[in-house]
Amino acid sequence: MSMHTNSVATSLQKDQQDLHLIRYFEALREAFDQEMTRDPNVFLFGLDVDDHKGIQGSTLGLVEKFGRDRVFGTPLSEDAMTGVAIGAAMAGYRPIHTHIRMDFMLLCMNQLVNMAAKAHYMYNGQVQVPLVVRTMIGRSWGQGGQHSQALHSLFMHIPGLKVVAPSNAHDAKGCMIAAIRDNNPVIFIEHRLLYSTEGFVPKNSYEVPLGKARILVPGSDVTIVAISHMVMEALRARKHLDSIGISAEIIDPISLWPLDMDTIVASVQKTKKLLIVDNAWLTCGASSEILSRTIEMFQEEDHVLPAIARMGFAPTTCPTTRPLENLFYPNGRTIAVKAYEMVKGKSAKAWEPPVDARAEIDEFKGPF
Amino acid sequence: MDKLAPQLYKKMLLIRKLELRLAEIYHTDAVKSPVHLSVGQESIAVGICDPLNKDDLVSNTYRCHATYIAKGGDLREMMAELYGKSQGCAGGKAGSMHLVDMKNGVVGASAVVGTTIPIAAGLALAMKFDAKKTGKQRIVVSVFGDGGTEEGCFYETINFAALRKLPMIFVCENNRLAIHTPIERRWATEKLCERIQTYGIETHKIDDADVFKIRETISSAAEKIRNTGEGPIFIECATYRWLEHVGPFDDHKDNYRDLEEYARWKKNDQIDRLAGMLDENTRNQIQQEVTDMIKDAEIFAENSPYPAAEELYTHVYAH
Ligand SMILES: Cc1ncc(C[n+]2csc(CCOP(=O)(O)OP(=O)(O)O)c2C)c(N)n1
Repeated sequence: MSMHTNSVATSLQKDQQDLHLIRYFEALREAFDQEMTRDPNVFLFGLDVDDHKGIQGSTLGLVEKFGRDRVFGTPLSEDAMTGVAIGAAMAGYRPIHTHIRMDFMLLCMNQLVNMAAKAHYMYNGQVQVPLVVRTMIGRSWGQGGQHSQALHSLFMHIPGLKVVAPSNAHDAKGCMIAAIRDNNPVIFIEHRLLYSTEGFVPKNSYEVPLGKARILVPGSDVTIVAISHMVMEALRARKHLDSIGISAEIIDPISLWPLDMDTIVASVQKTKKLLIVDNAWLTCGASSEILSRTIEMFQEEDHVLPAIARMGFAPTTCPTTRPLENLFYPNGRTIAVKAYEMVKGKSAKAWEPPVDARAEIDEFKGPF
Repeated sequence: MDKLAPQLYKKMLLIRKLELRLAEIYHTDAVKSPVHLSVGQESIAVGICDPLNKDDLVSNTYRCHATYIAKGGDLREMMAELYGKSQGCAGGKAGSMHLVDMKNGVVGASAVVGTTIPIAAGLALAMKFDAKKTGKQRIVVSVFGDGGTEEGCFYETINFAALRKLPMIFVCENNRLAIHTPIERRWATEKLCERIQTYGIETHKIDDADVFKIRETISSAAEKIRNTGEGPIFIECATYRWLEHVGPFDDHKDNYRDLEEYARWKKNDQIDRLAGMLDENTRNQIQQEVTDMIKDAEIFAENSPYPAAEELYTHVYAH
């Protein structure tokens, strides 16, 4: 965890003073608190946002501070509640609708895809939908097929939606503030195993712009683009690679749509090797998109095409049992081996990195 | 009543003891699965399933241990599933939230609230078609929580089931909570049965979780549907969840529910009630049988191997 924290901290601008070390969920809470204080039109609602667990702690204390008009739970009616959020957003409010799993957002698809994404365009600018939909990817402890899906590519596919998946406390706060202020529907993707990770976060309000990637660790031999929780695994892989003299550049796109291809392509031009590690399935996924765009941009410039590889979920439903679940996800070691092969070539002798300490996974004792 | 009380007692006790055993061993990490326990709610599952035939179906939510056991789901396979083992009812791929045992009429459970309600109606539609060929009317019982009735697909299904007179029974297990949110913050009125009646559906409301009453209500509903080929019938059963929403602990200390209500429900515990109706010998014998069954299932689960790596890729597509 501290590895992650340090690399993010070092990549922050030096002028951001008055930092404090807080966890991801606290960074989100700070964003809600500051934005709700700043703008009375912001309100936060969704199943369980007002109970004593407060969505992994991220909404605790908000009812007491802002009242039940602005922080409220709902019936189990995701489809209709999404429509309600869109209506309120059209009327000038800035709702933050919260779901405790991304899987449940499948119940909101009609409203999000047919209305939220299209209203501004279809009604020729007469309305806007400044809506944030917060959602969480689950993992581990038997979450299984219906509590672990990462469906960001479904949303990336739809013109009119923005999609972000910050991997650390700093970006979680800054992105949330940017998402709330954005005049479009933004799908804000969190991960169950990131909530307790710590990071240095400015106490003041700030935006992490939607559409700008972050180079978490610079390197020269291979570019690893990792998404959501896979950023943590990529940083572990980087350590393994470092120990055998391979220098990996780790990029977190943060914003999946709009996608900052310039940062990625500039890195790949330097390293000539691109490994994309998605926290999702590969087919028609974010990795497919990043890869195609990289190749298109290389071709346009008549550059020699880079070596490319992708990793992500096994092309199956996520099983609950631990031994199969372990095979389902890429990890620091499998990522390191893949990058090693890309750098050293297929004929290089086999290399097996040591077992990782994966605190956020090993310490997670469920149930939710 | 002679045979009925020991029979119902045994089923309820098996569910209770097995779930409390899960709670007891949860800290060992043998069960790496989120468990939604039905402790306190057993009389509904048992009252529903006891009068059903083996080839009738019961469909449920993630809180599915009780109906799985009551319907006759394989106990060893259930335990192995919770342990993530290859001999589990789903080979370790489902865990606690998705128990399934089609050979014993237990339809696979879903962890997405409301999703199984229309699927139960589809199974009932198929049974209606089948009955025209076989002359035998099977039935489906769809079980869901009070929270499940808030999803649009619930009303859409109720309407369709009434329109097509599907051979099914809807059972709402109303424990007045969705995770921690009380019903008063989720329902505009509590007239659930009245709402359902407007679709022309016969409804029954049972507010004391009396296992005999539930059994009798289901039994006559099932008989009526079998005789006429026409349903559906809707039953709302009040109940109380003794433990936390998910996980092994009692969470009354978290202060989001009414301790007096809890005390009332504990006094009304159907397992205690039936224990009191049995002579000591019968009671002891049943308790021993139940203990042995659980032990046997645990040993089976412990000895079962974990699935091999290739299993990750089986059943992605049907062949
Ligand atoms: C569609 C959907 N939304 C939200 C959730 C999260 N969730 C899981 S259980 C639950 C409460 C359900 O309450 P109820 O239907 O009354 O059943 P109970 O848990 O009381 O048995 C919620 C909100 C979910 N699993 N599926």
